[in-house]
Amino acid sequence: MLDDHTSAVVHEPSHRLMSLATPQALVKPALLVLFLALIGYYGEWNWIADYWRLLLHGIAVTLALLVSSSIIGFVLALLLGVFQVTGPRTLAWPAQAFCTIIRGTPLLLQLWMLYFGLGAVFAQYPEIRSSFVWPYLREAWPYALAALVFSFAGYVGEVMRGAFAGVPKGELEAARAFGMSRRKMFLRIWLPRAVQRVLPVLTGEVILQLKSTPLVATVTMTDVFAVVAKVRQDTYLTYEPLILLALIYVVLTAILARLLRLCEARVTGN
Amino acid sequence: METHAIEISNLHKRYGRLEVLKGISLTANQGDVISIIGGSGSGKSTFLRCINFLETPSEGSIRIHGEEIAVRREKTGSLVPADRRQLQRIRSQLGMVFQSFNLWPHMTVLQNVIEVPTQVLGLSRDQATATAEELLRRVGLFEKRGVYPAFLSGGQQQRAAIARALAIQPLVTLFDEPTSALDPELVGEVLSVIRDLAREKRTMILVTHEMAFAREVSTHVVFLHKGLIAEQGTPAEIFGSPRCEPLQKFISSIR
Repeated sequence: MLDDHTSAVVHEPSHRLMSLATPQALVKPALLVLFLALIGYYGEWNWIADYWRLLLHGIAVTLALLVSSSIIGFVLALLLGVFQVTGPRTLAWPAQAFCTIIRGTPLLLQLWMLYFGLGAVFAQYPEIRSSFVWPYLREAWPYALAALVFSFAGYVGEVMRGAFAGVPKGELEAARAFGMSRRKMFLRIWLPRAVQRVLPVLTGEVILQLKSTPLVATVTMTDVFAVVAKVRQDTYLTYEPLILLALIYVVLTAILARLLRLCEARVTGN
Repeated sequence: METHAIEISNLHKRYGRLEVLKGISLTANQGDVISIIGGSGSGKSTFLRCINFLETPSEGSIRIHGEEIAVRREKTGSLVPADRRQLQRIRSQLGMVFQSFNLWPHMTVLQNVIEVPTQVLGLSRDQATATAEELLRRVGLFEKRGVYPAFLSGGQQQRAAIARALAIQPLVTLFDEPTSALDPELVGEVLSVIRDLAREKRTMILVTHEMAFAREVSTHVVFLHKGLIAEQGTPAEIFGSPRCEPLQKFISSIR
């Protein structure tokens, strides 16, 4: 009874509003377009002609870092999660310590520790300087990627620990009772169930990760943030490059959210 | 010599200093339907879970169709399965139905039913699917085969779980209070499926609170009290003329 009543109150007026207010629904997009048009008209945008290639390059760098660090970080996070839930203490303890440290310190600090700290340490060893990896270790991107991977793994590892621990014991017991090996039980039941439970959180973590990427500009990488910083230096413009940068991040976030939601729906079968 | 479907001898289970099972021996022949009854804390679920080693017994031996589950004693004194592969093989011949269904929620009903046949028993997908569809038809869930468990009622979930247990063509099927988690109006549909299985002379061991049902379908009833078999016999003997006092009390308490 109560249910019928409330749904009548809530749904019907909103339904009526929808049908009456189609012009009103256009207000927000119209305002946005107007705002952008004003900025476009009064702003100084000539520089785009000179910098669009660099901007595209920057976006590519940002996305490459995001995608690779999320994927590698996720694999690492699975291990961190499993170790913490079922690993022997020799694995569980370091995994927990890793997550605590990563989550307890700023990403900028981690990045600088790797790039300025570890990078300098590597340079002191002739063995490393003469090895085949040195050409890579002289560049900034391995350190930037590592910092982003560790950060993602640290946060998601903690989430995965909860996800593994949260799979109901009975589901695993059923697998055991029917004679599944431990490996099979992990691959067929435990892992997919944990990942399924964690997907919505994961989407959020990836979007947060996108907004962590500009930090790599501080270690000489030219991601889209660094490109815009360069534009500002070259042109002495303040707002226009920043507004464009904001737009780029908003659009990337929207696309990412849409894509990830699609993946989510695929996996959960809804 | 005749081999028994299940032969359990001198089964003990201790948790620390608490002894839950104090030496239980039980034999089931092919086609027996054995109901295990008893008050809460009598150890009946623990006993059932010891049969397929979901709980490792502290003492005693279990033979399935003559094959003893190999164990060895650790330094701490507790038993552990000695041969993981043997245990997995024997487990894959024992169907189990749980109180809380324990279907795998990321798989459809059909996928749940063919999971063990394809992944553990090594059947082809087509073979397993054919058997599974036949079983689902029998438990009345053929139309629901593509549905995820979350969209089923408790009774439907338990019927799917029974189909999953039957799909491995078990030597013995173990039921751990299969109707205890169900709403009263859903109990009947699950019991009627189990009743059909009993008619087919499938070997089953059933822990249950449904006394009328136990009386109707069992060939043999075992009354557990304080970790021991206090009395056993035909349903008529147990429910009609209980001899020991705890059983008399138990039966009058549930009336």
